[in-house]
Amino acid sequence: MSLKNSNLAQAWLVLLLATLFGTALAGIQAKLGPVIEANKVKETMAKIPVLVLGEDLAAELADDNQTLTIKSRVVEVKKNGITKFYTVYDAWLPEGKVVGHVVKADGQGYADKIELLVGIDAQGERITGLFVLDQKETPGLGAKILEHAWRGQFKEKSTAKHLSVVKGGGVEEDEIDAISGATISSKSVTGIVNSAVADVVSHLDVPAGPENNKIPAVQNKEPGKNSKNKERS
Amino acid sequence: MADQPTALERFVQGILPENPVYRQLLGLCPTLAVTNGMKPALTMAVSVAFVLVCANVVISLIRNLLKPHLRIVVFTLTIATFVTVADRVLAAYMFQMSKTLGPYIPLIIVNCLIICRCEVCASKQNVITAAADGLGQAIGFGLALASIAAVREILGTGMLMGFRVLPACWPDWVVMVLPPGAFITLGLLLGLVNYIDDKREQARK
Repeated sequence: MSLKNSNLAQAWLVLLLATLFGTALAGIQAKLGPVIEANKVKETMAKIPVLVLGEDLAAELADDNQTLTIKSRVVEVKKNGITKFYTVYDAWLPEGKVVGHVVKADGQGYADKIELLVGIDAQGERITGLFVLDQKETPGLGAKILEHAWRGQFKEKSTAKHLSVVKGGGVEEDEIDAISGATISSKSVTGIVNSAVADVVSHLDVPAGPENNKIPAVQNKEPGKNSKNKERS
Repeated sequence: MADQPTALERFVQGILPENPVYRQLLGLCPTLAVTNGMKPALTMAVSVAFVLVCANVVISLIRNLLKPHLRIVVFTLTIATFVTVADRVLAAYMFQMSKTLGPYIPLIIVNCLIICRCEVCASKQNVITAAADGLGQAIGFGLALASIAAVREILGTGMLMGFRVLPACWPDWVVMVLPPGAFITLGLLLGLVNYIDDKREQARK
């Protein structure tokens, strides 16, 4: 085979374009990546009052022109030789009382990674809310995890019990009704909530006031990077 | 290859005579998926327009270097690059819209309309013709998406882009904004377009 007909010589254009396009995309990612990450952080911060206070109280607080003091920290959980990292946001009322915590957790869904925010009350006893940050579940079926009617079921659930997914009903205290046609998505979300709550609930003790800085306010670890360290099971 | 259409012909043909959705039945996945509202439909149309024109121009510029058996790889590579650019830009500057459209922006990569234009026009004709072709097809695609989205959003919610167009007593046909509504609307509009076309054909005879 002569050089001219070798595979490499034939594919030079593909290789060249792949290199050029790859470099260009890397440049764009370097420029826009931080903006996208900032968008996500902003969205998380905007959801925290509703998650820890509930919609009515959060609206009341906003009407009074008051805001919660929110600080994030990274919780390290060692379990079965695996180290997991969670970003936990602690929220204080303006007068300095701890009002609740929000845990960012993710896990495998039916289609892709699902990212959740789980609100837990100040004592770490009950779930105060659930919000889906990112998902790529099937539109019309699994994507119903976004709907208030479904994720509202998690509100008021005890953190001491493992939640289980049941079809048609879900009347017991520790049961979550599955979305019909999307049992896997329902189970994924419930599983992520279960493990996040179980892992983090013992790490929720925080100082009484946000100024009392036993805990570094924001550790220099980016939340996005931590999730990559997380062991996939 | 003589008698290739000129730039102007390419441009005009894309809009109605060879409309991507109503005449060529291409790019139906986003057509069905994102037309439940006018805003996502228009965002999709603009993203597709960007990818289509850019891919057409690049392919046309390198058309003499293409090896016949490797051309599809080059098309896909080029399209994927511009789709990724569109996806990142949306995520950075239109975060909520990017979340609404979800996987459908990355899925433009497999939109057969774009690869069809690369194959039919850009890999054979000069840059200006390719750009005009991309623009024409993009406008045609946008019009198709907008027409379907208008029908679905108005009948499904009584509103258009947040403004109420039907009286408040209108019982929202929720099915129209759900997936079945996409098929029903596309089918009926396709039928209507063909019916009008037939009538005009007969009138000409």
